Amino acid sequence: MTQRFTARAVLGGSLMLLVVAFLVGAVSGAYAISLPQLWNVLATLGQGADKSPEHLVFLNIRLPRLVLGVAAGAGLGMAGTLMQGLFRNPLADPGLVGISSGAALAAGVTIILGAWLWPVLPRTLGSWTLVLMAFGGGLSVTLLIYGLSRSEGGTRMALMLLAGIAVNALAGAGLGFLSVMATDEQLRSLQFWLLGSLGGARWSAVLLVAVAVLLSCVAARSLAEPLNAIALGEAQAALLGVDVERTKRRAIVVTAVAVGAVTATTGIIGFIGLIAPHWVRMVAGPDHRVVLPASALLGAALVLAADTVARTAMAPAELPLGVLTAFIGVPMFLWMLRRFRGRI
Amino acid sequence: MTVFFNEISRRLPQRRDVLRLLGASSLGAAALPLFAQDAKLPKLVTVSGAITEVVYLLGAEAQLVGTDTTSLYPAAARVTPKVGYMRQLSAEGLLSLKPDAIIATNESGPAVVLDQVRSAGVKVEIIEADHSWGEVQRKVQAVGRAAAREAQARELQVKLDAEWGQVQQRVAAAAGKGRKPRVLFVLSHSASPQVSGEKTAAHSVIGFAGGVNALGGFQGYRPMTAEAMASAAPDIILTSTQSIEAHGGVDRFWQRPELALTPAFKKRSLITQDALLLLGFGPRMPSAVAELHEKFLAALA
Repeated sequence: MTQRFTARAVLGGSLMLLVVAFLVGAVSGAYAISLPQLWNVLATLGQGADKSPEHLVFLNIRLPRLVLGVAAGAGLGMAGTLMQGLFRNPLADPGLVGISSGAALAAGVTIILGAWLWPVLPRTLGSWTLVLMAFGGGLSVTLLIYGLSRSEGGTRMALMLLAGIAVNALAGAGLGFLSVMATDEQLRSLQFWLLGSLGGARWSAVLLVAVAVLLSCVAARSLAEPLNAIALGEAQAALLGVDVERTKRRAIVVTAVAVGAVTATTGIIGFIGLIAPHWVRMVAGPDHRVVLPASALLGAALVLAADTVARTAMAPAELPLGVLTAFIGVPMFLWMLRRFRGRI
Repeated sequence: MTVFFNEISRRLPQRRDVLRLLGASSLGAAALPLFAQDAKLPKLVTVSGAITEVVYLLGAEAQLVGTDTTSLYPAAARVTPKVGYMRQLSAEGLLSLKPDAIIATNESGPAVVLDQVRSAGVKVEIIEADHSWGEVQRKVQAVGRAAAREAQARELQVKLDAEWGQVQQRVAAAAGKGRKPRVLFVLSHSASPQVSGEKTAAHSVIGFAGGVNALGGFQGYRPMTAEAMASAAPDIILTSTQSIEAHGGVDRFWQRPELALTPAFKKRSLITQDALLLLGFGPRMPSAVAELHEKFLAALA
């Protein structure tokens, strides 16, 4: 097993995992829907005549949730790869460097102080307010971390991690402060951010996230080659004709869009952005042309798998998704670390 | 052949006899409802301990297919399928129990989940929790309507109203005689104790039982601090049995430094009651308030 898998095998394998996770997720859930019933639902799609309970449960509750899971996992996996490539650091992850908590803090401010701070905003932007605020929060934290960790010759790992820890602590304090100010109703909404859940999946919100993630994945594709060059060092990349600053700016915006949109809808889902790219690199090597799309596919598969367990393990009650991504992802990751120790 | 079939059909009624026997014995009647549900009666999921209590009082427990984790009374409610904490419901989880109606208070959520359940064609009854006697009556009414037991619900409403009227009279009579005790409600199911301000269930219950909330000027719950407690000067500390258990006993509870400078501390004046009974706004509220009132009087004497 010293041979790395080919790009085609890795992409095909990740896609297959995603398809399997999607299918398993589609047929499992607290509400029993048998395969013939599912087939019936899909076969009568678009006829609109039959509105059996299975029909309603699958199309209004389970399917949007699966699509949101794919979008969230893909967004986080892809963003994790971009962050790791950009910082040239295997520890970079939207959660660890504070982008997710920045987005959650911005969302918290919007939920609890929004009406008081800026009453015009929700009226003009409607349900987009929260998504845009979360995006803004994610973007500001990314810029802050990037600015702080830059020094001559590139970004410095220790600076970046310390800045990330500081931002996480600040966001934690901010959320704590908000929870004291919050009414009971607002506190419940806030709690949702901290636990992470796909339970709020409604088609309107799901489509918004899916579009944002899809656009950022398309934008990320053109970043693969410049990031490969940056992996050699920023000076070398510049010599190879790569516009390093432009690449960095674009990677930051793409990351903030994806993570901001996902976090705005699902709350904080940890570890996916860290685990997915590492897992892919262990089997595929460091080429971003493979790692970017494969991490997106694998991240989506991981989130779907975790959410399927979240939905079914304690049915009819539900487990928080953030807990499960860690429970499922971390042991797998540790096993991979041990198995492919030499390639990190 | 026909003789053979006749023979069988002559023997079949035996099963019916067995069922009749089971139905006649009280043991069978208690054990059966879970399995022998009347197909016509609507099935219910209740999300709130008080609402679950009403279901049992109306004799509709056979229609109960699920409850939330706050439904702890009567004991039988503990073993019903649990849909999770009232504020973290799952749409598919609720629907998997195939209820005809879900009865909840406006403290339940998330709102998105309740919308999803509603859009799947399940009736969702939301009762506004405004910490008033009307809240109790609305719960009875909503359960009666959802369970198709409106006549029984009206009977229960009349009975509860009578009980409540008596309790209120007693409290009003006592109010004329002496000063109202200042009562501080402390909730500490976890490490850091919280005290209740205005617009809380505890605030209303203290008022109903003839006391005055020692804290005012803020809404909801706040962390307990020593200076604020000293200035609130409560005569009585009111807390839930669960809070005392979390502290590991009454003695440990009094060791909390925040309480040391209160008038209540000098007389060790502490009243404990089960959290669901005290704050649930369920059908046991008249007796709970009456008991609390007696304890207030005893503590001041």
